[in-house]
Parts: sequence; C-alpha cells; structure tokens
Amino acid sequence: MSALRLPLPASLRELFKAPPTPGVLAVFSHLDTMLDAIKELRAAGHADFTVYSPIPRHEIEGALGQPVSPVRMFTLIGGIAGCAVGAWLTLWMSYDWPVVVGGKPVGSVPPYVVIMFEMTILFGALSTILGIVFNALFAARRSGSIPYDPRFSNDRFGIFVPTGSDKAGGGAAKIESLLRASGADEVRRG
Amino acid sequence: MAEHAPATRVTYDYVTRTIARTLGGPTRGYFLLLGAAIALLAVGIVTLLFLLRYGLGLAGYSHPVYWAVYITCFVFWVGIAHSGTLISAILFLFRSGWRTAVYRTAEAMTVFAVMTAGLFPLIHIGRQWYFYWLIPYPNERGLWPNFKSPLIWDEFAIGTYFTVSTVFLIMGLIPDIAAVRDLATGWRKKLYAITSLGWTGANEQWRHYTRGYLYLAALATPLVLSVHSVVSWDFAMAIVPGWHATLFAPYFVAGAIYSGVGMVITLLVPIRRLFALDEIITVHHFENLAKLCLLTGSIVSFSYMTENFVAWFSGNPAERAAFWYRAFGPYWWASWTMNICNGLLPWLLWSKKVRTNITALFVISIFVNIGMWFERYVIIVVSLAGEPYTTWANAVYNPTWADWGIMAGSFGWFFMWFLLFVKNFPAVSISEVKEVLAPPRRGQVRATAGGAGGPR
Repeated sequence: MSALRLPLPASLRELFKAPPTPGVLAVFSHLDTMLDAIKELRAAGHADFTVYSPIPRHEIEGALGQPVSPVRMFTLIGGIAGCAVGAWLTLWMSYDWPVVVGGKPVGSVPPYVVIMFEMTILFGALSTILGIVFNALFAARRSGSIPYDPRFSNDRFGIFVPTGSDKAGGGAAKIESLLRASGADEVRRG
Repeated sequence: MAEHAPATRVTYDYVTRTIARTLGGPTRGYFLLLGAAIALLAVGIVTLLFLLRYGLGLAGYSHPVYWAVYITCFVFWVGIAHSGTLISAILFLFRSGWRTAVYRTAEAMTVFAVMTAGLFPLIHIGRQWYFYWLIPYPNERGLWPNFKSPLIWDEFAIGTYFTVSTVFLIMGLIPDIAAVRDLATGWRKKLYAITSLGWTGANEQWRHYTRGYLYLAALATPLVLSVHSVVSWDFAMAIVPGWHATLFAPYFVAGAIYSGVGMVITLLVPIRRLFALDEIITVHHFENLAKLCLLTGSIVSFSYMTENFVAWFSGNPAERAAFWYRAFGPYWWASWTMNICNGLLPWLLWSKKVRTNITALFVISIFVNIGMWFERYVIIVVSLAGEPYTTWANAVYNPTWADWGIMAGSFGWFFMWFLLFVKNFPAVSISEVKEVLAPPRRGQVRATAGGAGGPR
C-alpha cells in the first residue's frame, strides 16, 4: 500500500506488510503510448499486468479487453431483495398488528409500494457498494504488493508487469526493452 | 463524456495541484466563518434545550396551525438536498461534461442538507425521547407503525436518501482523496491514506468502480424524484384545502431542485472566489446552473398558476376560499414574497447578460432561497391558518423566538459541516474534471503552447 504506515515497531510492521511482487514498472506521460505498450504486451503473451491511470478511460478498458464487471449482479440481487423485504415487512406487520379502519384493507399495497420502492433503492445501493469493495479486493488478491508511483493519481499512466521467479533476469530484461520501445518515459525494476 | 477543453494551461497536473492547494492552511477568515456557524448552532442547541424542558408551547403553535416553521424548515432543507443529487447523478446519466466541476460541492451540500433536514422531525415531535416509536422494532405490546401514513413513508424515504447520498459522496471522493494523499504531508497524509482505502488507480479498481458508480447514479435518480414526492405527500394525503392536490409531487420536486440550484450557486460563488478556481469553475458552469434554475423556476411558476386555476375551476368553495385567503388574507405579504421570488425572478434568467453575471446570479440565488422558504411557509402555515371552518377560532399564527432559534441553529449546523468539508476534502472533483479534459497524447502535436502534448 502506498502511504499507510502502521504505527508499530519495525519487526511487527514487517509481519503485516505483504511481500513485494517482483516485476517491472513503467511510467508513461501520454495515453496513446501507453495504449501501444498494452497492445505490445498482450501480443507478447502477457496477461496479468496492472495498468495505473489517474482517470478511467474507455480506451484502456478496450485495449485490455476485460469482461464486464460483475458488480451489476450485486446491484440486481440487492434491489430485488430490497423490494421483497419491503413487501414482507409492511404486509406482515400490517397483519400482525391490524389497524382496522372502516372497511379498508388491512394490508394495502398502494401505500406500501412507496416503502417497497425505497427499500429497493436502499438495498440496491448498499449491495452495489459491497459489490465494488468485494470485487476490487478480490482482484487485488495477489500474493504480494505491487509498486506504485504517487504521480499515477496526478497525471502519469503506469504499467506494472510481474515477472515470475523462474523468469527472473531474462524475462524482466525483455519486458523492460519492450516497454522502452513502446515509448515509456521511465522503466524500473521493483 | 462531452469534452470541452478550457484554457490549454489546464492540464491534469494543474487540476490536481489547484484543487489540492485549497485544502489545508485555513486562514483567519475561515475560522471566523466557522466560528459564526458554530455560534448559530449554539443558539439552536440552547433553544432546543428550552424546548425539551418547557415543551413545544414555546413555539408559536395555535389551533389549527400545528405544523409551522419547523416543518417549513424541514421541507426547505430536504428540498435543497435534491438538486445536489440531480447534478451529480441525473446529469451523470445524461453525460453532461459541465457537471464535473460543480457536482462535488453540490453532493456535499446534499448530504449536509439531509442531515439538517433530519433534525426537524426529531425536534418538532416535542417528546423527542419517543422518536424510536417510528421505527418498526419488536416490542412487548406487539405494536407496529402505520405504514399507510406518509410520515412513515418519509422516515423510509429520507433514511434511504441520507444513506444513499452519503455512500455516493464517499464513493466519488475515493479517487480524489487518493490524489491529494499523494501530495499531502503530515497528519493529512495519514487521514487521506486511511480514507482513500488503498486506492491506486489500477485498472481493476477503476473497472468495478465505474460500473458501480453508474449503478449508484441510476439508483439515485428515481430516489431524488421519489423522496420529495413522499415529502409532498405529507401534505397531499391530508384533506386540508391548499394541501390536498395531486399536483404536489411534481410541484415539490421542481421546487426542490429550484431551491437547491439556488443554494449551489450561493455556495459556489464564494468557493470559486476564495479558492481561486476560476479556470476550473467557469462562467459557463454558472450559466448552465442558471439555466437549470430557469427551467425549474418556470415549472414552479406554472405550478402556481395551475394551483390557482384549478382551485377556481373546481368550484369547491373551501378550495376557492383557501386560495383567496392566501393572496389577500393576513399573510398576503408571505404569498407575494413567494410569488415574486419564485414566479417572476427566474424570468430574469432568460437574459444571457444576467446568466453570465456572477454577482447577479449570487443575488438571485439568495432570493430564490428566500422565496422557496416562503413558499413552504405559505403552503403549510397559511393553508392551515385559513381553514374556513375555524374562522370562529380566530387563528393568528406568529413564530416565536423558539422557532427562529431552531432555524438559526439549522443554518449553523449546515454551514459548520460544509465549512469543515471544504477545507479537508476536495470541494471540486479532481478525477472527474480531468475526465473532460483532452488526455495527453504524444501522437498529435498541439498547435497551442502548453503542457498537454509534445515530448517532455
């Protein structure tokens, strides 16, 4: 993680820190050169690299060819659950403690639609958040921590390509030259 | 998203640094403002303590006016909240590029306005310690709330609105807090490191974030329309002439957005000036806000005409009497303030010269909110006071110091939270403003000098 240092003695802090993943980090100033680099990396067979950007861009998503995010499933299930909970809550409670008013139905759906609607939105929104957090955490399930440059949140783009331990040395050099050829401003190992 | 490029010196770096510079280093003026807000809040708290001790009799209630300034303030603050969500969620779905520079302030305004509004149902019930009776909790008497009541709908609607707005604001803040985290030092760096939740801008994070944000915006859109409709039904579900109208839901929603846009302008003009954000929040943004104001103000004007016409056309003597009383009864001054500020004032915005004059917009926005406060006052208090069958009861309602004290406290509460927000978290969205700028490309050589192109 970039800047959060736990206020613990150094030895304990080491326990909590994830081991660093070896690889190559490239910094780009321009979007199009980074997109070229992504194409080159994919052509060379690399699939498990991370792209950093200060803003989301459709071009990056397109170049990476990622499937649609599963967050929408969370939203849908949350919304349906909210509607069901709203309906159940209002109808069950109305029959459990009936307010009998001159011939009017005890459990009356039109006013309950309002509550069902609000619960749909509430549960849908909360499960969307859960979906984002869960998916983002799941995607970050790497065995180690990957390097980050603070300029990535400002105006630089970045690519980090992990190198497996068996391809150490030779593999990393090839990746470095590929990234430099694509137009990276800086390339470093780490 | 529509990209309209401002001056070419506005690069990604410029945006990040200009907005990050607004945080930290609070000046004496800031502390004076914050102190004033806290002082107003203190007035409100003292008034509340008196109300707790001596009861609602301290307020000006008199038969049949039992909903008065507190409910007026409640609807006023909830209304203000709505335009924030309109700008941030609804305009997001419309892919409007200009919203990016203003929506963070508007969203923060929404969250704090809902927090302010939520105080009023608690204050106005009098026996605040029984507020939990509204919540469906299992109890030994087997009681449940009456779900057919608009007051219970209110509870669900406003509770949902508060939760969803807060969550939406926090989601949007995460990439921006990461951006200021990377530039901050000291205790702020720790604060931002924790609140940015480890955001690095990696493609996996953006991928899920952007989809989730889209769905949150899609959920927030019907929420905006429904919440103020539910609030309007607090009145429309009753049979009081002047309240019992099917027009209320769209009428109130349009009025809410009208007053909210007014408050956004009121907040943005000083923020732009004091934080020197002229290149990011431009006259173009204010003009678009003014156009929103004009649109919703026109709907409100039309609603006034509809209400009055239908009251006459219906032939219902109680309805006709209620509207005659509004215009020519003892509260004629409130009605005419409302009609002039909401019915006539927005027509000034047809002129481009007025729409592009920041000072004029600031003054108009203040009158918009005065007018909208009076609209709620007229609808609530004057309809109740004019109930024809109680003319023998000689109802004359006058707000007391307890009414005004709580209202002052609500302004103090709102401005305190808002001031704390703008100095500690980015009041303009860093990542979204960058999204409407042209990205740096080496491929095209840009004709104008500037940082966003050419070899570095």
